[in-house]
Amino acid sequence: METRHDRLYTKDHEWVLLEGSRAKIGITDYAQDSLGAVVFVELPAVGDSLAAGDVLGAVESVKAASEVYTPLSGTVIAVNEALEDAPESLNEQPYEQWLAELELSDQAELGQLLDEAAYQEFCAGEEH
Amino acid sequence: MKQTPLYDKHLESGGKIIDFGGWALPVQYQGILEEHEAVRTRAGLFDVSHMGELWLGGPDTLANLQRLVTNDLSKARDGQAVYSPMCMETGGIVDDLLLYRLAEQHWLLVVNAANTDKDEAWIRERLTGQAVLENRSAQTAQLALQGPAAERILQRLTPAALHEIRFYRFLPDVTVADIPVLVSRTGYTGEDGFELYFPADRATELWDRLLEAGRSDGLVPAGLGARDTLRFEAALPLYGQELGPDISPLEAGLDRFVKLEKDDFIGRAALREQQERGVPRRRVGLAMVGRGVPRSHYPVQCCDGQAAGIVTSGTFAPTVKQNLAMALLERPFAEPGRLVDVIIRGKPVPARVIDLPFYSRRKTT
Repeated sequence: METRHDRLYTKDHEWVLLEGSRAKIGITDYAQDSLGAVVFVELPAVGDSLAAGDVLGAVESVKAASEVYTPLSGTVIAVNEALEDAPESLNEQPYEQWLAELELSDQAELGQLLDEAAYQEFCAGEEH
Repeated sequence: MKQTPLYDKHLESGGKIIDFGGWALPVQYQGILEEHEAVRTRAGLFDVSHMGELWLGGPDTLANLQRLVTNDLSKARDGQAVYSPMCMETGGIVDDLLLYRLAEQHWLLVVNAANTDKDEAWIRERLTGQAVLENRSAQTAQLALQGPAAERILQRLTPAALHEIRFYRFLPDVTVADIPVLVSRTGYTGEDGFELYFPADRATELWDRLLEAGRSDGLVPAGLGARDTLRFEAALPLYGQELGPDISPLEAGLDRFVKLEKDDFIGRAALREQQERGVPRRRVGLAMVGRGVPRSHYPVQCCDGQAAGIVTSGTFAPTVKQNLAMALLERPFAEPGRLVDVIIRGKPVPARVIDLPFYSRRKTT
């Protein structure tokens, strides 16, 4: 499974890419592979105020719907609308395609996230 | 988890194994969309060895079956397969099954995997006179070869004249790749194709021979995921979703498999009453008008928030490329053209009631 060094991860197989006080959130290569072909993406609305653990959106494969939870609190400042018409790009480029960008309200929450090495170790454990 | 004789073959072919009602079976190999497409345009091979096979024989076999199932078996001939619900006295469904007439008093019943033990007990408790039931599910493998190229592929392995087997007919003892096989022109995909029943100890052999024979036609192994999207588009009901103990075959739209005029059968009084009064609910198709994928158990409401029913199956339909559902709706709402809301993650998303099926192939057999 591919990972990227420039970002942080969650045990729900999401990635977080920090840019100052803002963060883009997406799903990992591991997540897209276990979902299979993504056929539908639901995104939050710009302006939504979310607490860590709230539903950020949903990613649906042929087989099932999976909700995506935000690992960080903040306000949605942008969403990747291109996914609504091309949900399959989440399979093709999981680390280029983000779901939403948040203006973070609590930087301390970043401490809960995994770095690349810790995430790789976590994924290796999931295989067994 | 229980394994079919092909478990190792699934791993070898890259199958992603899931727990399907206690059975370890592949949900997909390369991908549901690819396998779905292969079956619609070329051919796919499914391991359905988890299905139950019950044999019933003895002088009172037909009389017993006529009481047990809702369809009329009296007009069937040797070599004919009949689909039928099997009901309780309430009219609710115990299971839906295929009944193969080997001889007037000798039938093979193919039942849903998860219902095999329940069905065996249900039938056994109700047998009268001389009829012997034998559960040979463990010794019987089943493969489904489905798709427009199915006949051409299978013909490479057998001298039998496959083009003479019409839809819902079968040959009980055909040699396929030196293996004795019951070859049935049936399936659960909405495409032409065959279901093959044969001894479980020959399963890996036939699996390999079929894949090899079909390679030039683009035959691929196909998993439960594609089986579900294929049957969904063809609006073939699935026990546990469209069918169940609280759903009557009339509500499920299986009217043509319920013969109220034949001699008495279990559930007839309840079904007759339902037919006379009108069914309270009806299975319909839903096409999403708003953005969203309808899924099993999502509530359906009418436009003012009133309960209208429930989604029984829903998905992105790969061939028709739409988000669609089958739903059981209260009769006033079950009219094609009617607008309703599917409640997706708490939000109402508009959908239109449409006729079933979503997909039908051009019939050539």
